[in-house]
Amino acid sequence: MHKIVHKEVFSPVIKLFEVEAPKLAAKAKAGQFFMLRIDERGERIPLTIADYNCQAGTITTIFQEIGHTTKELGKLAEGDYILDLVGPLGEPTQIKNYGTVVCVGGGVGIAPIHPIARALKEAGNEVISVIGARNKELLFWEDKMAAVSDRLIVCTDDGSYGHKGFVTDVVKQLAEEGEIARVWAIGPMPMMRAMAATTKPLGIKTTVSLNPIMVDGTGMCGACRVSVGGETKFACVDGPEFDAHLVDFDLAMRRLAYYKDEEKRAEAAGSCGSGGACGCQK
Amino acid sequence: MSKINPVKHEMPVQPPKERIKNFNEVALGYSEETALAEANRCLGCKKPKCVEGCPVDVPIPDFIKKIKERDFLGAARVIKSKNSLPAVCGRVCPQENQCEKYCIIGKKADPVGIGRLERFVADYELAHGGETVEKLPPSGKRVAVIGSGPAGLTAAGDLAKMGHQVTVFEALHVAGGVLMYGIPEFRLPKDIVQAEIKKIKELGVEIKVNYVVGKLDSIDDLLAEGYDAVFIGTGAGLPYFMNLPGENLNGIYSANEFLTRTNLMKAYQFPQSATPIKVGETVAVIGAGNVAMDAARTALRLGAKESYIVYRRSEKEMPARREEIEHAKEEGVKFALLTSPVEFHGDENGNLKAMTCIKYELGEPDSSGRRRPVPVEGSEYEMKVDNVVMALGQGPNPLVPRTTPGLEITPRGNIVADEETGVTSKAGVYAGGDIVTGAATVIMAMGAGKRAARAIDEYLRPKA
Repeated sequence: MHKIVHKEVFSPVIKLFEVEAPKLAAKAKAGQFFMLRIDERGERIPLTIADYNCQAGTITTIFQEIGHTTKELGKLAEGDYILDLVGPLGEPTQIKNYGTVVCVGGGVGIAPIHPIARALKEAGNEVISVIGARNKELLFWEDKMAAVSDRLIVCTDDGSYGHKGFVTDVVKQLAEEGEIARVWAIGPMPMMRAMAATTKPLGIKTTVSLNPIMVDGTGMCGACRVSVGGETKFACVDGPEFDAHLVDFDLAMRRLAYYKDEEKRAEAAGSCGSGGACGCQK
Repeated sequence: MSKINPVKHEMPVQPPKERIKNFNEVALGYSEETALAEANRCLGCKKPKCVEGCPVDVPIPDFIKKIKERDFLGAARVIKSKNSLPAVCGRVCPQENQCEKYCIIGKKADPVGIGRLERFVADYELAHGGETVEKLPPSGKRVAVIGSGPAGLTAAGDLAKMGHQVTVFEALHVAGGVLMYGIPEFRLPKDIVQAEIKKIKELGVEIKVNYVVGKLDSIDDLLAEGYDAVFIGTGAGLPYFMNLPGENLNGIYSANEFLTRTNLMKAYQFPQSATPIKVGETVAVIGAGNVAMDAARTALRLGAKESYIVYRRSEKEMPARREEIEHAKEEGVKFALLTSPVEFHGDENGNLKAMTCIKYELGEPDSSGRRRPVPVEGSEYEMKVDNVVMALGQGPNPLVPRTTPGLEITPRGNIVADEETGVTSKAGVYAGGDIVTGAATVIMAMGAGKRAARAIDEYLRPKA
């Protein structure tokens, strides 16, 4: 059991939890994730590690409420417990001094880009961070991103805050201003696909962190398989980071949508009070 | 011999039509009277051959003698001296290739139903509360066991009885390995697995779940933290795919994913359980081992109208147990033999719709002794399917081997370990079960765990 020691509500749908997990906090590295299960009836879902604190023995995660499990999670309060946490999983980000790097976080992807930007900065890179969201309400951690970046650019699709426009436009602009050694981009699948399409003609090596459906997260089932450079990879053990220019995004997006009917049913069941046990979902 | 009933007593089962609508256990177990009658078929051989066929050396005639005396808890005590998971073994062991194969009565008639009797005794003990197993005084030594499947649990139970302090590290949120995520509820109820694991915990074994060795701690970290020896029983949990075009379409599962969702996550109770599973009208399972039979039978219970086993050899070469194949047939599983897919086709949403199969014929025997399947040119045809489950076998998960310097690995990724002792190339580190042998049986893994526990005990005892 893992106690939620701190909760922040960034928007009605984006929430932060700081959770007790001393061993995980001690071993976590930028780019890794964990799996959680709320309770006995729960499913296992992957979430990225947005921060870790070895002294306090906690990890921080930020999630968007998009379905049954994340909504259930969002209802928990400080002092509540999460039944299962397992991690750190996945391969850590390859941190080196590359020169000037751009770290892009889209929407809830701002959370996982944070430890990567911090590690790249600590390794001596000049870090330019670009964070964006559909609107101002969905933005968070501007201060924390500023603290780990040499330069921070904020944008919103609707112009309600910062630059009006997409993160891809900003990156294109940055590439015109000076040499970029590498780009890391984390966010919704369409955003990562657009970023790959933007940097490929510019010849900038780009890394994305994929978020396919996962079950165990340890390489035993292949639910999270993705196609990278024509080869099947398991995102949970071979990734989650991959070369953006080799990822088959269309396949990845179609695989993410496979259970959408079931996800709706689970959500409806979650709100009926008996978890659907009354038969209302049959 | 003349007085002995030549026929093994039948075990009552749920009728096929009823059972494909639920996940309850198919075989219902002996009553006390049937168990007694079956026990009386045992001759009580002085030099019992049956024991030679048991990978964990259960003193079979001794426990059967206790059943004859109606001392069922006494019988359980006899079994438990050698086997920590009798309710599991009595259900899933291929007895026809082990203990029962060597039974003297089996030469002229049905062998004694040793597995059914073991199951009866174990269930009786779980229902009536057994007595504590004897333990040696504490040795002051600590052993780390990686993986809580049959190999790890057996090693842990035996080592605890030998007086060592044992911690089991399990990556999933529940202990049991394949007993929990792989073998379906209708063959091996999960409550029974957990009840047997509880007994192992009562021996003083600590089980840490959600603990991925290789990510949280490496083997070297554990040795540095003060564990005196390590047993690796991480199994063969890496699913094989065929690398065919379209294999990543929606609706194509590995057997591991299909069975993990169903068994471990209880997706058959969706949405009361939050994990979904999706099964359309027609399901094709590729492969013909026990895992394939489990998947095909699971598909029917999840509502598939048609469930196929698609196998490139003939029925004779199928590696699954006879009993599993029979159960599958009774339930209506269909067999597309001498057939294998070559390509999968999807719709505009990336959902599987059909697969192209090719027919095979059998050629000369290959290195495994089975006749080699040869594709028949021009025999391709299309089969409409909504789901495919790949049950082609599993390889060793590389997480532990990859993070353990000094551990010798075979080209296929298995750990090199002595068959009799589990000794690996790394001092103090032992291994056994599927991670060494490749995917085999529950009881083979338990035998390996047992032998390794004996070797670890010898290694830890101060030399006289």
